Amino acid sequence: MTTSVRDLQERSLGATLRRDAWWIAPALTALVLGSFGIYATWAAWVGNNFEWGPYLSPFYSPLIQTSWWPLSPAFLILIFPLGFRATCYYYRKAYYRAFFLDPVACGVGEPRHGYRGETKFPFILQNMHRFFMYAAVVFIFILSYDVILATRWPVHGVLANGSMLAGPREFGVGVGTLVMLVNVVLLASYTFGCHSLRHLIGGQVDCFSCARGGKARFEAWRGVSALNRHHMLFAWCSLFSVALTDVYIRLCAMGVIHDLRLF
Amino acid sequence: MSEQRTLRLFRGTRERGELKEYQVAAGEGMVVLDAVHAIQAEQAPDLAVRWNCKAGKCGSCSAEINGKPRLMCMTRMSDYAPDETITVTPMRAFPVIKDLVTDVSWNYEVNKRIPAFQPRKPDAPDGTWRMYQYEIERPQEFRKCIECFLCQDVCHVLRTHEKHEAFMGPAMLVRAAVYEMHPLDVVDRREHLHHEGGIGYCNITKCCTEVCPESITITDNAIIPLKERVVDANYDPLAALWRKITG
Repeated sequence: MTTSVRDLQERSLGATLRRDAWWIAPALTALVLGSFGIYATWAAWVGNNFEWGPYLSPFYSPLIQTSWWPLSPAFLILIFPLGFRATCYYYRKAYYRAFFLDPVACGVGEPRHGYRGETKFPFILQNMHRFFMYAAVVFIFILSYDVILATRWPVHGVLANGSMLAGPREFGVGVGTLVMLVNVVLLASYTFGCHSLRHLIGGQVDCFSCARGGKARFEAWRGVSALNRHHMLFAWCSLFSVALTDVYIRLCAMGVIHDLRLF
Repeated sequence: MSEQRTLRLFRGTRERGELKEYQVAAGEGMVVLDAVHAIQAEQAPDLAVRWNCKAGKCGSCSAEINGKPRLMCMTRMSDYAPDETITVTPMRAFPVIKDLVTDVSWNYEVNKRIPAFQPRKPDAPDGTWRMYQYEIERPQEFRKCIECFLCQDVCHVLRTHEKHEAFMGPAMLVRAAVYEMHPLDVVDRREHLHHEGGIGYCNITKCCTEVCPESITITDNAIIPLKERVVDANYDPLAALWRKITG
């Protein structure tokens, strides 16, 4: 067999000397991200069954009731968290590999040429990540407020269709409250481990001992860095938790399952 | 007790070559570089292979083993199944000189063009500076780089798309980060990184981090922070406004 070094290059999709199952990770990523995309689009599109009792789906929070918008209000909301995830440094790795095959795995051939990376439209827009991060931080506070509201139960109870009876409210916790709480904790862990936040909060400082508030910024940077080390884990966990929270509330609203009031 | 192992090595030059098969008696604890040396000693005295420390610290014996960029001296034969053929090829991002040896001089040329470290004025009258360990730890991580260039090799921008003219590659971004994040340094390298360095070509696939034998978190700790600094200077109108207000 005679060949040139150039022939050894991975010139076509999937060409490689690797013998391990390199295709599993991108295939799983494509499956999970694709499934989430389909579910989120459907859940946003249908525009119903997004609240039950004191619970509100994260896809529809904050609750927007407007006449000028012809589509589901979820589309007005989801543009921000989805923009945050779409421009996220971790997800970029995941979907460049899984969907753009650019590269599909390390040391494996790619299908296309004329690579421009993130230097030209549309991928140059990835540089807007920090602006989506600002919005994502606001959403953490909104969703935290939703958790507080999910502990305010009507004294006279909740009807089977999820309507809350008029009257005073009392403190209470249902399974749905805990589901919403776990969701917001995971979302916060993901959001506050963001690379852009890490940069803005202290990463841009070279000399902490010279900068104003340098020590505080260093500690803040260290805290964000601690979360950032698990950014991938929180990215996936929060993706699942958002979807599962919506599924739980949707199933309650549809009457498929009954929420258990813990106390 | 030794066992017979099959290795396929690239033999040839930049223009032409072939994958040639050899049988080697592999003993316990043997690494791929040992096997290659055994072939060189007993079967192919003209085999070209670059090596030095055999301890994973000099970065000389970089190659691709079964398609993965690795140091030959840090890859155990026992990592592979006894009946598995081990294929060793030169790094593909660089021109082959002969057999497993590549010409990595491009990296040093790129390195020369990175604006050099320049400290601020001395802090003390005796011409010395003051800094703290906690603020120098960031660039110290990058100082672990042994210049094996495996990260350059695995980077698809260089390896597949051959953007050597436009993109400096992860190893050189790490080198730039050493200076850029140094608490004493006063040089602004963002324009260099943005234009000559072509940092925008990196699409964060983290292959460089995966192959680094020194476990440097190249993407998260060097490249992304540098990308964010480039965003500060070029893509953030709020930051520009803030700079204007605060002078």
